[in-house]
Amino acid sequence: MKIDLEVDLHHLTRVEGHGDVYVRIEDGKVVEARWDVVETPRYFEVMLKGRPWTQAGLLSARICGICSISHCLASIRATERAFGVEVPPAAAKLRLLAKDGETLQSHYLHLLFLAAPDFLGLPSVLPLLEQKPAVVDLARRLRGAGNRLSDVVAGRTTHPVTLKVGGLTQPPSLPALRAVRGDLERSIADLDALVEIFAGFAIPDFVRETEFIALRPGDVYPSIGGRLASTDGVERAEDDYREMTNEYVDPRNTSKWARHMRESFAVGALARFNLNHALLLPPARALAERLGLRPVSHNPFLNNVAQLVECVHATHESLAMIDELLRDGMAEVSVPVTPRAAEGVGAVEAPRGILYHHYRYDGDGRIAQANCVIPTTQNNANIHLDLSALAAQRAAAGTTKAEMERLCSMLVRAYDPCVSCSVH
Amino acid sequence: MKYLGIRPQDLRVAVFDFTGCEGCELQLANREETLVDFLRAARLVRFREIADEAADEYDVALVEGAISRADEIDRLQRIRERARLLVALGTCACYGGVNKLKNAFDFAEANAAVYGAQAKETLPARAVSDVVSVDLAIPGCPVSKEEVERILQHLLWDVPWRFPSYPVCLECKQRFTVCTFQKGELCLGPITMGGCGAPCPAGGLGCLGCRGPAADPNVDEFRSIARERGFGDRDVAAKLEFFGSFDPIAAR
Repeated sequence: MKIDLEVDLHHLTRVEGHGDVYVRIEDGKVVEARWDVVETPRYFEVMLKGRPWTQAGLLSARICGICSISHCLASIRATERAFGVEVPPAAAKLRLLAKDGETLQSHYLHLLFLAAPDFLGLPSVLPLLEQKPAVVDLARRLRGAGNRLSDVVAGRTTHPVTLKVGGLTQPPSLPALRAVRGDLERSIADLDALVEIFAGFAIPDFVRETEFIALRPGDVYPSIGGRLASTDGVERAEDDYREMTNEYVDPRNTSKWARHMRESFAVGALARFNLNHALLLPPARALAERLGLRPVSHNPFLNNVAQLVECVHATHESLAMIDELLRDGMAEVSVPVTPRAAEGVGAVEAPRGILYHHYRYDGDGRIAQANCVIPTTQNNANIHLDLSALAAQRAAAGTTKAEMERLCSMLVRAYDPCVSCSVH
Repeated sequence: MKYLGIRPQDLRVAVFDFTGCEGCELQLANREETLVDFLRAARLVRFREIADEAADEYDVALVEGAISRADEIDRLQRIRERARLLVALGTCACYGGVNKLKNAFDFAEANAAVYGAQAKETLPARAVSDVVSVDLAIPGCPVSKEEVERILQHLLWDVPWRFPSYPVCLECKQRFTVCTFQKGELCLGPITMGGCGAPCPAGGLGCLGCRGPAADPNVDEFRSIARERGFGDRDVAAKLEFFGSFDPIAAR
């Protein structure tokens, strides 16, 4: 039977920010399938103009309530590369720790609060308070460990306070660092329980071949800085990010769109995995193997699994990093900074994908020009085209309006979009 | 259940977001040690960021973000009509927040810089109270979840809530944080309303005044001390204007 149906989701739920999904099927064929970002624009690139270098990271952090640490670090990196600043090794490790904390809290938020209800057939995690308090407890403990790691190192999990150009304002207190090490150690068992829950979820069977782009520093799994790489075989320097992003404006969207070798590309956990899987720590690699995640994977729903794999990686990486810091000490966590008229690019792997900040400074150490390219901006075109392909696949097989709504929402959520961020 | 003969109110809480980063509403899902209690006490009937539930009947509306587009004004007015208690949640909602930095620029030029030829609609960023009446304003960038929890307790028991009149400095003293101002950094702590627990100075960062002025702030003395310590008017202005929370004072 050839189906006719319409999916019209205004302000999709369980995502950060405001986006709309529209799908129309007539006579079994996709007539229209759209993903549109309708978030109110904020003009951060304009607001950054004239700001002193000491405030750039603080203001940039406010682009995003979930990944403020990534924004702050990309901003700081852009400024440090402009001014020619090298931070002490302890500061570099502490920044990585703060970022791992953010990755953990952000991925757990997505996996447990935003994505899991789809697999459980629930409208949100709220009914679980009564139905499955053990799962809520698990979510609480896991996310708590990530948040505390960022709190201890960055002073706060949302809008960090210790991260500054030149290093950190101060090292974390040793008792607090040891305590959070204990939290992380204990979270390994919780993480195993989470894996068991996700292993039982049916991941929709859908593939659309695309290009993936991520940082590829070469020696470690990507986090802060490095070369840019694509699964279509292109590699570029961090400074040449514009050739990798090619942003353009769509008349119906307040977020920009991006393209590279094809009509669209994807960034995020799955892209990082596809380009850097060999550099995952052994427990994370083993989990990927167990869950059937292999490079290069073109099923966007597997981004959830890649996030889970990254949680294992970030937990083990943090434990090792804390041990090194406790062993080597944190006597020096900053260097003096002298501003100059110069330009710098900072690329960071935010939880949702590669993030670029690019500033030009005047002789007073104030920003003359700023450009920020956000992960979700880079994913928009890919989400849009995936929607068409998914709708076509399901329309051909025959489905109901409710099922189409559920699948389309799940697809967009799988990208864990950060919509306010993408509009900035 | 009654406690000492008084029954707590059953409050249906809805969360709404406007121009901002959604970091304040995220705080509602943070502070894991009390999260379960919090979610039981505040009956969340609408919270788009984490839930499909979207009730149109609610008692308390938590409104996050500044207002900067015509459709936001309409949406906010509808929320005002429905809510018994409208709460501005966070510095963007209370003061306009960092969004107000945009207001100093020409919007046609700003649009050309960001979107090229395809300009997007935008209005000057405003606080929620510039558009509708607000019953309670909880500032902070982001809000302190601990304070939100205390306020919720007051609402549930229908006991009036009062913000502290003292500045952030008092909380630094309580935490034994070495004075950031004394360490040579410009800090708005002496003139900013306390209640946040002073996390920024504790992290080695001078206060940026996200909570707005303390009661009767001694701004003249603050300016003269800042000058004595070698900070120029431009340095002071860059701090005072950051969150738009000192606008009437900064203009003096």
